[in-house]
Amino acid sequence: MAVLTEEQSMLRDAARTWTQEKSPVSAFRKMRDSGAPLGYDPAVFAEMAEMGWTGVIIPEAYGGSDFGYLSLGLILEETGRTLTASPMLATALAAASALILGGSEAQKSEWLPKIAAGEVVGTLAVDEGPHHRPEKVATKATKSGGGYTISGAKTFVLEGMAAGLMIVSARTSGAETDAKGISLFLVPADAKGVSRKALKLADSRGVANVSFDRVEVGAEALLGAEGEGHALLEKVLDRARAGLSAEMLGSAVQAFETTLDYLKTRVQFGQVIGSFQALQHRAAKMFTDLELARSCVEAALTAIDNDSPDVPELVALAKTKVGDTLHLVSNEMVQMHGGIGMTDAHDAGLYLKRARATEATFGGQSYHRDRYARMQGF
Amino acid sequence: MPDFGAADTELDAFRAEARDWLKTHFPTSLKGKGGLMAQEGVAPSGGDYEVWRKAMGEKGWGTPTWPKAYGGGGLSPHQARVLQQEMNAIGAWNPIGGMGVMMFGPTLLEYGNEAQKSRHIPPIVRAELRWCQGFSEPGAGSDLASLQTKCEDKGDHWLVNGQKIWTSGAQWADWCFCLVRTDTSKKHEGISFLLIDMKTPGVETRPIRLISGNSPFCETFFTDVKVPKENLVGPLGGGWTIAKRLLQHERSGLSGAGGGRGAGGAALPKLAKSYLGEDGEGRISDSDLRARVASNEMEWRAFQLTALRSMAEAKSNQGPTAATSIMKNAGTRLMQERAELTLEIMGSQGLGWEGEGFSSEELGAVRSWLGGKATTIYGGSQEVQSNIISKRILGLPDPLSQS
Ligand SMILES: Cc1cc2nc3c(=O)[nH]c(=O)nc-3n(C[C@H](O)[C@H](O)[C@H](O)COP(=O)(O)OP(=O)(O)OC[C@H]3O[C@@H](n4cnc5c(N)ncnc54)[C@H](O)[C@@H]3O)c2cc1C
Repeated sequence: MAVLTEEQSMLRDAARTWTQEKSPVSAFRKMRDSGAPLGYDPAVFAEMAEMGWTGVIIPEAYGGSDFGYLSLGLILEETGRTLTASPMLATALAAASALILGGSEAQKSEWLPKIAAGEVVGTLAVDEGPHHRPEKVATKATKSGGGYTISGAKTFVLEGMAAGLMIVSARTSGAETDAKGISLFLVPADAKGVSRKALKLADSRGVANVSFDRVEVGAEALLGAEGEGHALLEKVLDRARAGLSAEMLGSAVQAFETTLDYLKTRVQFGQVIGSFQALQHRAAKMFTDLELARSCVEAALTAIDNDSPDVPELVALAKTKVGDTLHLVSNEMVQMHGGIGMTDAHDAGLYLKRARATEATFGGQSYHRDRYARMQGF
Repeated sequence: MPDFGAADTELDAFRAEARDWLKTHFPTSLKGKGGLMAQEGVAPSGGDYEVWRKAMGEKGWGTPTWPKAYGGGGLSPHQARVLQQEMNAIGAWNPIGGMGVMMFGPTLLEYGNEAQKSRHIPPIVRAELRWCQGFSEPGAGSDLASLQTKCEDKGDHWLVNGQKIWTSGAQWADWCFCLVRTDTSKKHEGISFLLIDMKTPGVETRPIRLISGNSPFCETFFTDVKVPKENLVGPLGGGWTIAKRLLQHERSGLSGAGGGRGAGGAALPKLAKSYLGEDGEGRISDSDLRARVASNEMEWRAFQLTALRSMAEAKSNQGPTAATSIMKNAGTRLMQERAELTLEIMGSQGLGWEGEGFSSEELGAVRSWLGGKATTIYGGSQEVQSNIISKRILGLPDPLSQS
């Protein structure tokens, strides 16, 4: 665990208490079984906003607390532990980062206070296929009148149904895979020509496909400089990936602890199954990986807070290491529980499904291993 | 597949006979539609499925090597292989399956008495009755021999009380082959093998939902269930020996399932190219994933070659041995890995649960990925298999020998 300030410790303790009491896994299960249309419970999210969680990285001038990414990571780790479903990732982390890094004064004053208050859910609409490929943009934004007309389709937009604000990548010039020529736009979800379709994924969270049919926006909708959106988007995505990694770490830690408890209580052959070395060594391996993953996640978040130049490689490292770890732990959780782990009534399946969804979000392990290698020049 | 030099005229004559018979009886509309069968263990009812099942059932070729006296095909292993080749050649598949065929039938043929065989084998051969396996209990999984379901001798009948769990297909089964405790003073020698009609008063099943969303298995409760005396298989207290034999059949069947290339699914390299694209030289564009797909393809080849080698080595019909444990772990791991790779290849499309936006192949991929996690748990978990390999094949000491 990173060395925390007193404020950070308090924040983490508060987050732990709240998630354990108000948002345990059973609450997620209930939400899932109720078929909640948004993939989360708005009342629960309102409580989170009330506690100030939606404004942790937002400057005080815009209604936030400016506590930084490591602090937000502490909260996300706790929500990851209990699989708390909420738009925190999409809005308080990703959309807020986009506005903080790329927003004009006017854009920030318009949107950040609403995001900090939890009044508006923001999200990124960047991918266009089944895989995270942010540089691959076919969606077009053409100059028209004083503004732009956007046409195209985005896939797997987090909280796509709940979102009031979408940060859309669109091409103002260049070919489909050019880094140059990508621009980012702030598009209100109720703009004419925006239509969305909810998707039902295995992890039961809110995701949608969104299409833009000649959506007209003003010049003030442009986030950052025209044609230079790729670099900005990468910075935003790295912040989102780091925060997501913290959430994944939380899920992995909890999946591990639940499994460890089972190893200590389930009796077969007259002894607890945790007495079998075949399982002991695998538990030790998981613990080792979790410790390594934690170092990577905390280093990435700290680097962001310090605006250090090695953010991209530390983020690639964190997302990969925690992705591999969560992959392993979620599989072992099922396997070590035996038959009971295969039942829907047990939590193991919930962690397993969430694990694969988060692994794929903002680039899986293979994507980030490749990215890491390229950044290191091999 | 090699014929091991048995390609004599007799075998040629049988080949012609089989080809002829299949041509007449296999409905061409069912060509290549065995996938459903592999998933459900039973072919859908009605129409051509019914026709095909009847034909194979009456011929006995769904259980080709079982004795003719009980309705089986009465074929030699060589002939059975020829039959399989001829079926493969025209896209025909075996419509007779399930636990009766896979595990119970072969075990009963070995341990049952004449009356039991005459009564229970023919309906299995014709796929008329379904069987379920009542072994596991809440407290007895890997340590199966600690089972508690009580069976008392009441003179003219047995009285059964207790609970089973994870009983696959119990809600649809006609009969259950069950392990019960007839003596509480001994662990293994206190277990007996009993056949229970699922319609007997006092038998209750409650379906359990799996993480893949379906409910193919149950909790099964026995409350004062009266079972006729003649339903005991083998000697009183001799159930453990029979159960071990049955588990061997189960495991060899499961490693075979591990060999099924994912019912109907496209081959991984092709799938990867279509979801991820390829470079100018035809390589899957994600080199990391490509390396892992290649590795799985090669493991798959190694698995197949091992299956062929052990088949060749087991030319004589001695049935499965402890060596099948290797195949179960190898096959199930391979298939689980394939399922993971399939999801990864499909990306977020491979995580669709239901509704619009996903192809049926994508929706199927996520369900079979989840369902497939059970293959390293049932039929002897991966860990239990490894223990068996260590003990029986490698001769390593058993730390559990006291229990
Ligand atoms: C889909 C499905 C279908 C099934 N169908 C049937 C059926 O039809 N009939 C039936 O009777 N049963 C059935 N089973 C039950 C299955 O056989 C048991 O789940 C299995 O034997 C494991 O027992 P358990 O679930 O109690 O796990 P446990 O035995 O409690 O095992 C928990 C974990 O501990 C490990 N472990 C246990 N002992 C050791 C050891 N000595 N060394 C190392 N590791 C160990 C296990 O491998 C596992 O990882 C089914 C199970 C599933 C999942």
